[in-house]
Amino acid sequence: MNNADYKGLMVFAEQREGKIHPVSYELLGKGTEIAKRLGIEVSAVLLGSNMGAEVNELFYYGAQKVYYFDNPIFREFDLLNYKHNIARLVNEVKPETLLVGATHLGRSLAPRIAAAIGTGLTADCTALEVGDEGNLVQIRPAFSGNIFAHIRTTTRPQMATVRYKVMQKLPRDPKRTGEVIRKDADIVDSVLKIVEKQGTGGVNIAEADVVVCGGRGVKGAGDFALIQELADALGGVVGCTRPVVDDGWMGKEHQVGFSGNTVKPKLYVAVGVSGSPQHLAGMRDSDVILAINADPSAPIFKLADYGIVGDLYEVVPKLVAEARKRS
Amino acid sequence: MIDIIVPIKQVPDMERVKFDTEAGRIDRSSAAGEINPFDLNALEAAVQLKEKLGGTVTTISMGPPQAETSVRDSLARGADRGILLVGKEFAGADTWATSYALASGIKKLGKYDLIVCGEKTVDGDTGQVGPEIAEWLAIPHIAYVSQIREASDSGITVLAEMESDRLVIESPLPTLLTVTKDINTPRLPSFADKMKARKATIEQWGAAELADVAELTNFGLKGSPTRLNKVVIPSEEGRKGQVFRGSPDDAAVKVADALQALGMLGSAK
Repeated sequence: MNNADYKGLMVFAEQREGKIHPVSYELLGKGTEIAKRLGIEVSAVLLGSNMGAEVNELFYYGAQKVYYFDNPIFREFDLLNYKHNIARLVNEVKPETLLVGATHLGRSLAPRIAAAIGTGLTADCTALEVGDEGNLVQIRPAFSGNIFAHIRTTTRPQMATVRYKVMQKLPRDPKRTGEVIRKDADIVDSVLKIVEKQGTGGVNIAEADVVVCGGRGVKGAGDFALIQELADALGGVVGCTRPVVDDGWMGKEHQVGFSGNTVKPKLYVAVGVSGSPQHLAGMRDSDVILAINADPSAPIFKLADYGIVGDLYEVVPKLVAEARKRS
Repeated sequence: MIDIIVPIKQVPDMERVKFDTEAGRIDRSSAAGEINPFDLNALEAAVQLKEKLGGTVTTISMGPPQAETSVRDSLARGADRGILLVGKEFAGADTWATSYALASGIKKLGKYDLIVCGEKTVDGDTGQVGPEIAEWLAIPHIAYVSQIREASDSGITVLAEMESDRLVIESPLPTLLTVTKDINTPRLPSFADKMKARKATIEQWGAAELADVAELTNFGLKGSPTRLNKVVIPSEEGRKGQVFRGSPDDAAVKVADALQALGMLGSAK
């Protein structure tokens, strides 16, 4: 196959319970920017069931074409049917680039598509650029964010998963329209059976604008009330480090770091957090970082915009009072 | 009885590894190699299943000759057999070529019921190799598994994390799981286990040994569809780094002032 046969940029539109995941809109935003530079078209591929007017949202955020597979089998994430149908579509439409959100679903699905169609895949990109020959330069952190690798793909499509909350979506414009191309699903044996679905019922800290994170400096599970108080005063949610989860003080959904959640809030407050490389990997892209720690040599201070050296049990109540006074 | 395969990778100790900012490279000699921490959870999950159902655990790795120490370490931690894919043909592989080589090694091994992988590696951090192996072998996979609910020699039921959702998923065997750190706490090898592993043979397979199950041109750098253009080692980003010491009252006021100036306090929230 000749690389020149591949044209256009395609975004995988992820949906959960009939609602399109915002990372898909971010990819359409970035995709539109790249497509304008190269003079190519931006399309989306959507697998769902009775999505109704939600399909149009993809146009409002920049898609010019939507390939829509409408089938009950796609209501939930059916791995093998998702993979099979997207791989078929890609082989038919031949996009030059295929972008997938680096959600759990995307990071499970994209490698299978890449292996199935025989193309390269770059994981968890935080930046995409257009190279000298019009190729996609995929930039991603590795080694816990200590290095950034610039990667190109010699095969087509150039596939990448892209981290959520890194790219900018276009302003929603309901005047934008496009073409819906309905595709028939080719159903294979699902093999995997989802027997139960549980919500964690908890916070989604990856979405929060303000995260107040408690670490080892917090001396007991009950003391997280103090962290909660500061989070409330700042209009945010509570996060924690891995040892806090290991001790059973907080649920996993609160954990920030390499083996937990990656967050990118407008304000990140690290309270009693020393700043291990694993923790920093999960929050280093926050807009503003405030660190409160008794140890002036704690690594977290190197990454902080603002730091307070002091006993968190003294500092946090004062900060809560100041925040309340000003709100 | 259940035969389990655990693909493992040797990675540098992340606490010690040094980065050469000027040359834009990782100084791999700065830290000793160890089994990728996520793979230890995969190995522990496999050993626990073997203890429950009977069977075998085989680890397989691809890497330079010194990766043998990590394969040996896996034997001390409960694996029965260890295989290292080694040779210059495998060098420079991206995730596509790596997963292809490991899947080829697994094909050569023959019968297996379950493959358990770590969620990702601490160095590459892609999480792609597990699902790609499953695709090469045409078996299903379940990613982000945090708990094994039930297992028999015909099927497995697991809890998988999908951000704010948790799914209970059933899969027939053979299947592949990628497991998170929450699934267990890996045991430490005993002295006796370490001694036994020291004497064990690690089988080394070169590309030629895989000739009957693989296209050799898919191995290594030659088989890799992605290429590293360059590596950039960022100097710590330009944060303000304003640190307040002294009285908590004073520091709280100053920080609140700064946050207010940024519109993060006192504005319409």
